[in-house]
Amino acid sequence: MAMDYSEKVMEHFAHPHNVGVIEDADGVGEVGNAKCGDIMKMYLKIRDGVIEDVKFQTFGCASAIATSSMATDLIKGKPVEDALKLTNQAVVEALDGLPAVKVHCSVLAEQAIKAALADYYKRQGIENEELNACLACGAEHDHGAEDEA
Amino acid sequence: MFVYADNAATTALSPTALRTMDAALQDVYGNPSSLHRMGRVASAALKGARETMAKYLGAKPEEIYFTGCGTEADNWALRFAAHAGAKAGKRHLISSAIEHHAVLHTLSALEKEGFEVTLLPVYGNGIVRLEDLEAAIRPDTALVSIMYANNEIGTIQPVAEIGKLCRERGVLFHTDAVQAAGHLPINVVEQNIDMLSISGHKFHAPKGVGLLYCRKGIRLTPLIYGGAQERGKRAGTEALPSIMAMAAAFAESCENMKSSAEQVGRLRDKLIDGLEKIPFSRLTGDREKRLPGIVSFCFEGIEGESLLLRLDMAGICASSGSACTSGSLDPSHVLLALGLPHEIAHGSLRLSLCEYNTEEEVDYILEQVPQVVRTLREMSPVWGHMMEKYPNPYADCPAAGND
Repeated sequence: MAMDYSEKVMEHFAHPHNVGVIEDADGVGEVGNAKCGDIMKMYLKIRDGVIEDVKFQTFGCASAIATSSMATDLIKGKPVEDALKLTNQAVVEALDGLPAVKVHCSVLAEQAIKAALADYYKRQGIENEELNACLACGAEHDHGAEDEA
Repeated sequence: MFVYADNAATTALSPTALRTMDAALQDVYGNPSSLHRMGRVASAALKGARETMAKYLGAKPEEIYFTGCGTEADNWALRFAAHAGAKAGKRHLISSAIEHHAVLHTLSALEKEGFEVTLLPVYGNGIVRLEDLEAAIRPDTALVSIMYANNEIGTIQPVAEIGKLCRERGVLFHTDAVQAAGHLPINVVEQNIDMLSISGHKFHAPKGVGLLYCRKGIRLTPLIYGGAQERGKRAGTEALPSIMAMAAAFAESCENMKSSAEQVGRLRDKLIDGLEKIPFSRLTGDREKRLPGIVSFCFEGIEGESLLLRLDMAGICASSGSACTSGSLDPSHVLLALGLPHEIAHGSLRLSLCEYNTEEEVDYILEQVPQVVRTLREMSPVWGHMMEKYPNPYADCPAAGND
């Protein structure tokens, strides 16, 4: 099936930003599974409450790679509090939209970041109940972008 | 470089088909049903096209029914055979797990009408076994429909043996020959085929034309009702320019079949040999019993849509059976029927060649695919886990060594 990807999506797919691994990451999160055809893994380097560096590895389609690239761009250099507020909808908008069947990729990107942040909090010995609750609701979770895509 | 390697999806029009169609569009505009001279010209052209198709199928002209596409022919054959069978109390249909959706979805619709469907398995090589068919045929079996060659993995089914068995057991046999026509020999008499579907655009004819062969003696009933075209069995004014172009393209493909198969088969084998050198890659479907033009692979650790779009950026047109390219959640039913797990089926690639492809193009594909696969793997978290188990997998793959 031919996909109608925006130029922005194709640009991030062709030349993704922040690809790779952070060996001494302060938080690592992995979501998705190979059976479904999407896995995203995010690595965060955090200093003084600011996301100093972020890297990702993604197994998936063009939109999975593009949303990973865009989501990491959106949180790089930002305070942790801002990253916590990142929604899949913001990722979709920054990419000039995604085909409706691909919106779940943006949800996965949001969740990968949240999973990495949860790992960061865990390592710090901090319980973030809101974050844990958000992650517990699984892949069904999104912030309304599905209808607008 | 630009390489069109998606000939199993559709082919470019051949110069012969284009010339024939162009001339027909200008000069043979009459309706074959009209009594006047333009009608007679059209009617004669239609007769000629029918004779050509019949000749190269080993059939009689009156056994050929032109349709709008291969899917229509499949729908027609299955629905007719099922309903004719039901009248005699036969409500069981047999097919295979790797049929085209034109067959599988028609069977699902018939299941909802109360028919019982048995899908034969194909095992790892993508080929049905005669003993399975023999065991599946029952006294109430109305139809066996097994494709001649598969569109995704190119495997060739033993149609002549299947036809013989069906004839012995008194069961109708239909074959979807859409992917085989023009590429593999067809003789409906020798192969004991009762019904057969063909689509023009798989052998350099235009889109929007196909045919159903139905053996004389079988009392075919219409799928589409209306005028008296196609001996009252398929209504609708004939798409004569397309039909004429299909006949011209089919004649050409059949006349050149042997040399094309040798030429294309050699390129296919070169591609298979080269792609097999990529670590964690596997050819899908039988290596020998496959269409001359189809190369189908799975590459672990990556996803098919990414692979396709990256290849497209490099100028290579290919296809994949991954979920993301099919628009569904599951990868191709054909790859799953081979017993491949989802995670491997997601990384599938089909390159389908024709006689217009060159050795230079194959060399270019062999240069690009390993690079794209490697780039995507290096981006993939799955690949990291695989590397832990098998360090330095590219040691024996110099082709992929240059980034």
